[in-house]
Amino acid sequence: MTAFIIRRLLQAVLVMLVVALIAFLMFRFVGDPINQMVGIETTPEQREALRVRLGLRDPILVQLARFIWNAAQFNFGTSYQFKQPVSEMILQRMPATLELSMVSAIFALIVGIPMGVYTGIRREAWLSKLFLTVSLVGISLPPFLIGILLIFIFAVNLQILPSFGRGQVVDLGFWSTGLLTVSGLKALILPAITLGLFQLTLIMRLVRSEMLEVLRTDYIKFARARGLTERAVNFGHALKNTMIPVITVTGLQLGSIIAFAIITETVFQWPGMGLLFLQSVQNVDIPIMAAYLMLIAFLFVVINLIVDILYTVVDPRVRLDGGAAV
Amino acid sequence: MTSGPETRAEFLSKPHGFTTRVLDSDILHSFKQSKLTMVAAFVTLAFIIGAAFAPWIAPHNPFDMASIDLMDSLLPPAWEEGGDSRFPLGTDDQGRDILSGILYGARASLAVGFASVLFAATLGITLGLAAGYLGGTFGTIVMRIADIQLTFPSILIALLIDGVVHGLFEGVSRADTAYWVLIVSIGLSFWVQYARTVRASTMVERNKEYVQAARLIGIPPGLIMLRHVLPNVMGPVLVIATINLAVAIILEATLSFLGVGMPSTQPSLGTLIDIGQDFLFSGEWWITIFPGFALAALVLAVNLLGDWLRDALNPKLR
Amino acid sequence: MSDPLLQVRDLVVEFPTRRGTLTAVDKVSFDIAPGEVLGVVGESGAGKSLTGTAIINLLEPPGRIGGGEVILQGERIDNLPQEEMRKIRGKRIGMVFQDPLTSLNPLYTIGEQLTETIQTHMKLTDAAARIRAIELLSEVGIPAPESRIDAYPHQFSGGMRQRVVIALALAANPVLVLADEPTTALDVSVQAQIIALLKKTCAEHGAAVMLITHDMGVIAETADRVAVMYAGRIVEIGPVREVIKNAKHPYTDGLMASIPSLTHEAERLAQIEGSMPRLTAIPDGCAFHPRCPQAFDRCRRERPELLDADTTQAACWLYAKEEAVT
Repeated sequence: MTAFIIRRLLQAVLVMLVVALIAFLMFRFVGDPINQMVGIETTPEQREALRVRLGLRDPILVQLARFIWNAAQFNFGTSYQFKQPVSEMILQRMPATLELSMVSAIFALIVGIPMGVYTGIRREAWLSKLFLTVSLVGISLPPFLIGILLIFIFAVNLQILPSFGRGQVVDLGFWSTGLLTVSGLKALILPAITLGLFQLTLIMRLVRSEMLEVLRTDYIKFARARGLTERAVNFGHALKNTMIPVITVTGLQLGSIIAFAIITETVFQWPGMGLLFLQSVQNVDIPIMAAYLMLIAFLFVVINLIVDILYTVVDPRVRLDGGAAV
Repeated sequence: MTSGPETRAEFLSKPHGFTTRVLDSDILHSFKQSKLTMVAAFVTLAFIIGAAFAPWIAPHNPFDMASIDLMDSLLPPAWEEGGDSRFPLGTDDQGRDILSGILYGARASLAVGFASVLFAATLGITLGLAAGYLGGTFGTIVMRIADIQLTFPSILIALLIDGVVHGLFEGVSRADTAYWVLIVSIGLSFWVQYARTVRASTMVERNKEYVQAARLIGIPPGLIMLRHVLPNVMGPVLVIATINLAVAIILEATLSFLGVGMPSTQPSLGTLIDIGQDFLFSGEWWITIFPGFALAALVLAVNLLGDWLRDALNPKLR
Repeated sequence: MSDPLLQVRDLVVEFPTRRGTLTAVDKVSFDIAPGEVLGVVGESGAGKSLTGTAIINLLEPPGRIGGGEVILQGERIDNLPQEEMRKIRGKRIGMVFQDPLTSLNPLYTIGEQLTETIQTHMKLTDAAARIRAIELLSEVGIPAPESRIDAYPHQFSGGMRQRVVIALALAANPVLVLADEPTTALDVSVQAQIIALLKKTCAEHGAAVMLITHDMGVIAETADRVAVMYAGRIVEIGPVREVIKNAKHPYTDGLMASIPSLTHEAERLAQIEGSMPRLTAIPDGCAFHPRCPQAFDRCRRERPELLDADTTQAACWLYAKEEAVT
């Protein structure tokens, strides 16, 4: 098991290096960093001096190493557009995005898993068919459209929920949270549903198909033949076996949620990292793009590691490294 | 007895290529069985025809400045109070007809959708074939890139590519390149699935005897394989492509909505929704809701077709 | 003779399909006496497993019981509500499946699976159930059951796992054990052990056994009586000795001739021409007639019921008491 984790750690480092290389290539070769930093009146000599000072004349490998070294310390340089340190800007906006993403993920799991189990067990029930039809609609509706519809219904027509912003936030020093005020919580509802709905349908469909798969296996048939109650068969035996793929996908989805937050944040003018990233794409603000890419990659890698460790908790076959057969 | 079970000999004597499989009873049968699928096919077809013939069908040309009258701006749908029968679904702030906008918008959406799926499929099939046939370091590198790319959501990849491309072509206006940038960025975020499917099939075929034989008699084995592998993967590729088309349309709409896709001078459905969002609060809901509805209907129809196709071609997955 | 433990009367199992209903088990009738071992033998697809699954009412949809009765200890059980039937499964009828590798849930220890079964059917405390589980394990020959009880299925070999499955089937002292190809998936070297164990433990628990297999050798060693199935029907049933030495039905005869024997060495094994018809194309009259060397006119027209044929019963017109009608 330790070997398994170490192997996964090495893979994670490799992925991070590849992503860092891409980020570096973007940073170095997309547009001229110097042009972005200085005004039109700067002379070629001044530009060259700045180039040398910033190390842009060093061998490319040295530059790459420096880039990675800086990135490891969370230093991504200065935004072209805002002239502020990128890491500061991202850190400032991170709590908003993470809170939104976490609440959406929890919403998707808490609602999605029971719906999936239900539709898997009661295949023919009308409620299952309703869930499935609605889920197809949920997958077909682009998230931004869901957001707009929700705004139209709850903010414009019913006027019970706010349509933009985070509401009142409480600053905890290192973290500004909207979870502690009523207006903050109200502001969270529509964005969280918008962001979570797609994942919810995905989790529901996954749990359903896994349930169907598992319910066909011999050990479920054998469990039935042993006279175990439906409850024990469905929840004790079947559900636990569906959890492995569900953990994998949920883990991956958690990463996508953070990335998909870009759209939700735009619709609801949510002051998070996604909105910042979108602005940077529109303005070709490469340092922010590179930093965001690496941050997302890092989150993915960490989530994947956690998923791998969770595997070992659920599945004894991984945990015990095969074990000795008698 | 006409409907008796066929004998083994009869079964084997029949050609079982892709087209025969399509024409064989099961697929047509399941198509006729499912009313929902037929509706979906009808809706998809209606959109394609409407989009293709938009210049002839649409009541107005939203890009013809001469025909636009600012006096007609922000008219509600024809059945609402103050509506105008010339503009069945109302007009936007510049007096452009919403219905015509939707037809032209669907044209842009579908054009980008089809082109990017075609691009992704071509790239994916080529790389998959090469990775499967050549194997070795090349194959490993391709599949590693695929693995890594697969962990990132396509919207992120498309946004990054969009930003990078615009960075590389500084000074060129977004409006001129929007179409091509969208196709490349959406296409590049989709190639992996094709590559994986084709590679797996190629690996199976590579060791078959006819490939060895072809090599012996000096026919380029790659060519032979192309001819044998392609028919095998046509089914899965078609399913992936259909589902991809739906995702590509969503992705294009999303990028346009986010302001990095089609510009407002040649709007797609996503651009129209983006433009309309600002008017939601002042009561002009039709500017954004109708294009949104059109987008949802189109994507839902294509998704249903994809679902049906997957079930029909792979009974095992049902 | 005491009252039969299990009576099966005209049991029909059918599968509705798009092209009409397929009858997989066609009016099968037989009895099992208390403590008796009944072998059910036949080629794959003859309907022997479906008969077993139908008795315990675990047919997978769309398969269903299309007619007939199943009577256990004088009580009709084929039409019981699911919950009542569940209480019979495991408690009064135990079941052993073909593949021990897939019969056990990989995510639970064998102890958890045993105690769960025990406590479903018997009012025992956790500690008492665990003690019983250990006893059962030692009874089926698991070495060091006190420690092995906490192992996971993947830590056992195939033969050991099948022993665990037998322990599970016997957990609540059933009166009947249905063993569906219990040795087919095992190594040849352990097959004999498992069969001997099954026979011995069932005898000790006073349970009758319905042993479903395609292996005539296993039947010869184990069974008291044997039923031979062909194309969904019983073609011959009788004491195992008689059926082997003195088969009446031409199909049984052919089946016996195809068994390798130590006494007639080096002879080429006899083989029945042709193959069993598919469910969609069962011929009129006797289903075996196209392959039967002794077929005559009546066999092509009329389907024979089981007829007394000396020491056994055979479904064959050769044993019709009256003269064949023209």
